[in-house]
Parts: sequence; structure tokens; C-alpha cells
Amino acid sequence: MRVLFFIVATLAVMALGNWAYVENYKTQRTLDEVEHLQREIGQIREQLGVLRAEWAYLNRPDRLRDLAEINFDRLGLLPLAPEQFGSVTAIAYPLSPSAQMLLDDLDMTDLVDVRGEVTE
Amino acid sequence: MTRVPLRPLARILEARAKGENPDLIEAENLRQRHEEMADRTRARAEGRLLVIAVLFLCAFAAVGVRMGVISASEPVEPRAATAGAPIATARADIVDRQGRLLATNLVTHSLYAQTRDMVDPARAARELAMIFPDLDAQELHADFTSNRKFLWIRKTLSPEQQQAVFDIGEPGLLFGPREMRLYPNGAVAAHVLGGTRFGDEGVNAAQVVGVAGVEMAFEERLSDPGQSDAPLALTIDLTVQAAVERVLAGGMQIMNAQGAAAILMDAQTGEIVALASLPDFDPNNRPSPLTKGQPADSPLFNRAVQGVYELGSTFKIFAAAQALELGLVNPNTLIDTKGPIHWGRFRIRDMHRMDPIMTMTDVIVESSNVGTARVAQMIGADRQKAFLTRLGFTETLPVELVEARRAKPLVPERWSELSAMTVSYGHGLSVSPLHLASAYAAMVNGGIKVTPTLQRGTDVAPGPRVISPETSAILRKMLRQVVVRGTASYGEVAGYAVGGKTGSADKPSATGGYEDDSVIATFASIFPAHDPKYVLVVTLDDGVDTSGPEPRRTAGYTAVPIGAEMIRRVAPLLGLKPEIEPGSAPGVTLTSN
Repeated sequence: MRVLFFIVATLAVMALGNWAYVENYKTQRTLDEVEHLQREIGQIREQLGVLRAEWAYLNRPDRLRDLAEINFDRLGLLPLAPEQFGSVTAIAYPLSPSAQMLLDDLDMTDLVDVRGEVTE
Repeated sequence: MTRVPLRPLARILEARAKGENPDLIEAENLRQRHEEMADRTRARAEGRLLVIAVLFLCAFAAVGVRMGVISASEPVEPRAATAGAPIATARADIVDRQGRLLATNLVTHSLYAQTRDMVDPARAARELAMIFPDLDAQELHADFTSNRKFLWIRKTLSPEQQQAVFDIGEPGLLFGPREMRLYPNGAVAAHVLGGTRFGDEGVNAAQVVGVAGVEMAFEERLSDPGQSDAPLALTIDLTVQAAVERVLAGGMQIMNAQGAAAILMDAQTGEIVALASLPDFDPNNRPSPLTKGQPADSPLFNRAVQGVYELGSTFKIFAAAQALELGLVNPNTLIDTKGPIHWGRFRIRDMHRMDPIMTMTDVIVESSNVGTARVAQMIGADRQKAFLTRLGFTETLPVELVEARRAKPLVPERWSELSAMTVSYGHGLSVSPLHLASAYAAMVNGGIKVTPTLQRGTDVAPGPRVISPETSAILRKMLRQVVVRGTASYGEVAGYAVGGKTGSADKPSATGGYEDDSVIATFASIFPAHDPKYVLVVTLDDGVDTSGPEPRRTAGYTAVPIGAEMIRRVAPLLGLKPEIEPGSAPGVTLTSN
């Protein structure tokens, strides 16, 4: 009985030792991996910062203004002016289908043909 | 331990004599001995158990504490391979009110030399001078061959320069990582941001320290490692700021001014949406301060905050406000404007001919010095001083710019009746344009004092009331009238109901007294006048309009058109829709009692 107990205990100690050994190395590996990942995150953040700075640099108001002036022929961009505010009521909405039908059915007679140039 | 004999001879003999069984004595003693042994063993076992329990407790406690520490502690910050230096390098970004980047950090490298490790100093010096034209090859060679062991060559390098230096292949030239402060927008908002320099420098890192503007005012917040991830949000709007600077620069050029400043402030909260001062500079490459001459000549000088000027007739509105508040006048009270007023050897007169008697509104609209001086006489020096102190005109402003702390207003040494009269039309009291903007905000927002601020998201408690809402409504109408039919008629912007007051003050000359043909022209405006959202103050230093037959220097011809153009450009950007000004309802006039 006693011998059996000693054998079991010895085996248990060996097994635990092995387990601790494996765990220890696993932990160290994981820590290395964490370190590596953190370094990578750090580098990516650094790159992100550079990209953000570059984005801000390329979008700086002075440059955008110059670009708008250079490409005025193509884009025709002007500074925002008060006149550009519109009212919703000034927008022509498409007619409702029933109204459109009514308009289509409207029998027009005595059409007047208008031609010529519009002058101020 | 004394061993008790199992068969003590005396008791055995005694028992035998009595005819008792002596074995009983032995059994009894044996039992006692066994009991003692059992007691001892139990005590030992209990002790062992206790030790084991304590050990287990310690083990479990250690595991528990560790788990607690792991779960409660902040995760380790991921950082670049270069970090970990004892010098704190993290510095928070600065963004505008819409989150657009105003200042950020960029990793770069510095260049230094370890002269001991140098193989060919002459060649290194020659090659370096070719890469950096501002370095001198002979000086470098002298430094390399002197007995200095260590030498800084450049504080920051561009990647191309770094590669070029690397290609020299000199083992004595080494790179140290650096966090560099970058202002991607260049000179836009330069005076707000200020600038930075390197503080403590080591081979592996250098501390970035603010030298001016918000960079210095928020030094603690920006360099706090705990808050380095959260950008500092300012109230500045980058688009609006750029538009303001653009218009101001154009206006300054047309008017041949030496300098100009503009402040756009939210009339209710005191948030500064744009603050410009020209000439300006690039904070990425901050010029060094002037060593001689006037500090105001340097582009580093912030005219909007740091410069204190006599702001002229813009002050008249405060005399009107106080007189209305005290019930001394109403908008239609007739004021004697017959000038000039002689006071000792001093003479107060008007710029142009005026009616000998005018209503209070007209005194403001026509900007009569004489009329305002009479109103100031009614108020008295003491009450005026108390009122202007309440508006903050005698103290530095608590705005988050280091320059503001140095700009203490110049107040009259003795606030006499004459001082009261001159101060009422803006002479004898020098304040910064920012002071004026804050006071105008208080005048038109319903009478609540505002504190100018640059930090977004701070809950500012409403300030104390300085004038009643009724007085404020009258002042808004007066300011509107100045633009409609008064000295600021060029300030009209269709759809935005601009109100405002001009001020043209002679510049104090360096020799004492005033310059003859050099003025500080100011336009303090509000828009829309019926419900003021923003206050705009434009100041021109020595501007002159030469478009007419003769040069015109008064603010109505110089600062006002610039202010109007600014409002036209900026109001749509601020989301203000042009609207038809509500007409004054017939038969209803607000008066103060």
C-alpha cells in the first residue's frame, strides 16, 4: 500500500514538474508574443499618426484654396456665399403620379408656337 | 522530561502490603503515559496543519492578489520600439472644434556624432556640409577633431536627409529618435497654437515643451501621459479661421496696414471661433524673438490678445449702456453736442461738423465725442470706473493663451472727470481687442458677462449680469443703426443684419503725445443684430484707404469694409442662413425707465 502511494506520489510530482515546465515556456512564449504585438501596435499607431498628419497636411486650407484656384476651369469652385442658401420650397418636386396623369390627359388646343431669342 | 516509572517501588510495596494488585498501578501509569503522548502528538499535528494552512493561504492569497492586479491594472501601453525612455515624450494632439488636426507629433530622428568612433572626420564633415547647406565643413571638421566626445548636429531630420547621412557610412554619426511637433496647417492659427521647442534632450528621446499660445497654456494637460490619447479640442474652427486670415491679409494689403487683428467670438458662450493676428509666422519654424526694437514689430506679437490699444469710439457704446442702465437717458434723450468742450488746457471736439443737439441714438450713430463726453459727465468717474471694471477692462483676461497674461490694460492713474470724459470715447484706457470683443458680447447677448475661452467642452457657468436685457435690446438697435445710417455704412451685409461701432484712435507716438496721420482703426460688430450669434472685432494698425481722391484713415473706410467682407465669407461657413431682418413692430418701443 505504502509503496503504491510512494510510486503514485513520485509520478504525480514528475507530471506536475513537466506541466510546470511546459506552462512556464508557454507563458514566456506568450509574453514574447504580447511584446511583439505591442511593438507592432506601436508601429502601426505611429504609421497612423503619420497618415493622419499627412491627411491634415494635404487638406490644409491654404492648399485646398490654391488647388481650387488652379482647377477653376474644371471645377468652378468658389467660396461659400450667402446666396447659396436655398429654401426647400424653392425646389421643384416631381408631380404626384395622379397629377402627372391629369397633365398628360389634358387636351391642349390652340397651341401657340413661340420662337426667337430671349433678350434681357 | 522526567520519565515517571511505571512500577514505583514505594507504591508497589504499599499495595502488596495491603494485598492489592500492583499491576493496576502499572496499568494506570501506562494509561497516563499514553495520554500524554497522544496529547503531544495531537499538538504537533495541529501545529503542522496550521503551518500548511498558512502556506496554502499565502499561496491562494498570492494567486488572488495577482489576479486582482491583472484585472484591475491598465493594460500595458503598446509603444514603439524607441520608447521607454525616462523622458516623457507623449504629447496630446490639438484639434479644432470639428476634430480637424491642428497639431500632432511625428517621429523623426536627430543626428549626433561620437567623435571617438569617427573613421574619416574630414570626409564626414565635407559630406554633411553637402547635405545640409547651412553647415560649414571647416567648422564641423574642427568640432570633430577637437577633444569633444559628443556633438549634436541636427535636431530633426527628414527621411531623405537621414538616408543621405546614412549613405556616408561614417560609424561615428548616429541617429537618435525624436518626437517632433507638427502643425500641418502651416501658418493658419499660428498665434493661437504658439509653438514648441525641445526641452530635456537625451540621445534616445527629447521632451517637447510649449513656448507660446495654447501649447504653453495647456502644457500640463498636453504633456500628461494619462491624457496623451485624448486630443485637446479647441473652440477654433479651422475653415473659419483660414477664411478670416485670408480676408484679413487681403484687407491689410489693400489698406497698407502695418498689422491687423480679428476676433470672432460666440456672443453667448465666449467661445473664440477664430482669432487672427497679422503678420503671422509658421509655428513649425518659429522665428526667434526680436532682440531689439519694439516687440510689436515681431510676427510673434499677437495683436488680438497681447497688444493693448486705445480703441477709440468703439467705447462709446459702454457710456451709452451705462447711462441707459442708470436711467439717465433713453434712446431719444437730447444730448448737447455743441463743441468743443474746454477742460483746462484740454479740448474735446468732434471729427466732423454735427448738429448742436442730438438724440442719444444719434450720438452713437454719428459717433460724437462731445455728446459722449457729456454723457460721461452725467455718469461720473467713479460709476464709470466701477462699470468698466465689471466688464473686465482693468484686468488681464483669463483666456487660455500665455500672451493674454502679459497684456494688462493701461488704465488712467487717476480716474478724474477728464479721464471719464476721454475714456468714454476710448482714449486714456488701453485694452486688447479681445477685451473689447468680450465686452461687446456682454452688451448684446442680453447683458450677461462672458469669459473668452479657447477650450471646447468646458461647462462655463453663466457670468454675472452686467446690464439688463432691455438695455441690451436698445444697444443692439443702436449698433444696427450705426451700420444702417451711421459711420459704419460700408458694413452692411445683405441678409445678416450687421450691427457695429467704428473706432479710429490716433496712435500714441514713441515720443509721447499722438501721431498725426497714424490711427488704430477698429470695427466691433455683431451679427445678426436682432439676435446676435457672433461678435467680430477687426483692428487695423495704421491702415489707409487710398482709393479716393485723398487718403482716408477712419475705421469706416478701412476696418469696416474688411469686417463686412469677413462676415460675408464666414457667416455661411458658420451655418448662418441669410434672413430678412424682422422689422420693428410699429408703436412698440422698448425704453428703460
